[in-house]
Amino acid sequence: MKIAVLSGKGGTGKTLVSVNLAAAAGKAVYTDCDVEEPNGHLFFKPAITGEKEINVAVPRVDKDLCNGCRKCVDFCNFNALAYIKDGLLIFDDICHSCGGCVSICPEKALHEEYRNIGVIKIGTSGKTIIATGIMNTGESSGIPIIKGLLSLDHPKDFIEFIDCPPGSSCAVMESIRDADYCLMVVEPTLFGTHNFRMVHELAALFKKPHSVIMNKCSVHYMPVEEYCKENNIPVLVRIPYDPLLGSLNSDGLIAARENAAYRDFFTDLLEKVLKEVLHEAAPHS
Amino acid sequence: MKIAFPVDTRSAGACIYKSFGRAPAFLVYDTQTQKSLFVDNSAASSQGGAGIKAAQLVLDQQTDAVIAPQCGQNAADVLLAAGVRIYLSEGCSVGDNIKAHTEGLLKELSDIHAGYHGHGVK
Repeated sequence: MKIAVLSGKGGTGKTLVSVNLAAAAGKAVYTDCDVEEPNGHLFFKPAITGEKEINVAVPRVDKDLCNGCRKCVDFCNFNALAYIKDGLLIFDDICHSCGGCVSICPEKALHEEYRNIGVIKIGTSGKTIIATGIMNTGESSGIPIIKGLLSLDHPKDFIEFIDCPPGSSCAVMESIRDADYCLMVVEPTLFGTHNFRMVHELAALFKKPHSVIMNKCSVHYMPVEEYCKENNIPVLVRIPYDPLLGSLNSDGLIAARENAAYRDFFTDLLEKVLKEVLHEAAPHS
Repeated sequence: MKIAFPVDTRSAGACIYKSFGRAPAFLVYDTQTQKSLFVDNSAASSQGGAGIKAAQLVLDQQTDAVIAPQCGQNAADVLLAAGVRIYLSEGCSVGDNIKAHTEGLLKELSDIHAGYHGHGVK
């Protein structure tokens, strides 16, 4: 079972929620798909058991074979190639590794080489498996790393919590693609509401069953409450704006492990989430 | 020599366009014949890599120089590798800039920006 935790904007509490739910579940996988700035490992401090380099294919040209026909330049939908007087220019950052240019070249002047864009680190913290994607600084797309993370084999009875990147872009779509359920963490501010609506549209577009967790709540924030009501989105819990939770979090501690009240809180929340997931999954099974 | 300008429209009153890769069209002026022609910029609607494709289009017109208000890193990489010189335009009038270039008044564009849309950032 894969549960994606997402939010429209950064800083709403995706990592707080996914780390604590995974910790409360114990036999769970915490997968950090926020490969530009993964931070779940700061809480779990996992003992690393394995690493996997993520490499992507890029075309390279043999100048002696290239006759300048430019079929590859015309073929590339991403405009990663240009042909100038001295030969072919290849833009690695723009290339999406589709391999089209290599297969279309009539002179067989192109071949693929692999270049490293990041790494996946796998480890354990208690019974929980921690999988972290780390993209090299300066790379423009983490999608291949997210694909690698979500194709790892884990024990079947472990619930996987996918800590998504913020926003509603390609990287988020890739992160929720195979998820059974979407948990949307919402910050009760105007900005939070606006971006939450965007991820809600995304979850609906992907036909993923979903619900809301509100974080940093001091009062019932009506713009979010009303939107959820209008769209029949269940609100599973309102996490209080609590200095204790904030300080545990900023010390890199997992509230569900350190504090009895929060252990109960996240265990209850886990039960609610699982009940929702099973309820939503039932009609399809 | 041939000089290319990114322009907002394919008509006599065309103005120099703020973006190179996303310009609706290019005006190519031939200093020998003193004639100009318009080329549609098919790169303008690209999801990504517009600067690269636009630079290729401009090169295919046997252009020697580009006059533009700004230019992204990827487009500049293509143009400069092909030996095209990039000059900083002044104001929106193509005619004024041709005159300024002939008189040697235009500066070379040295401030190449990193590109937009998360691409081209090195």
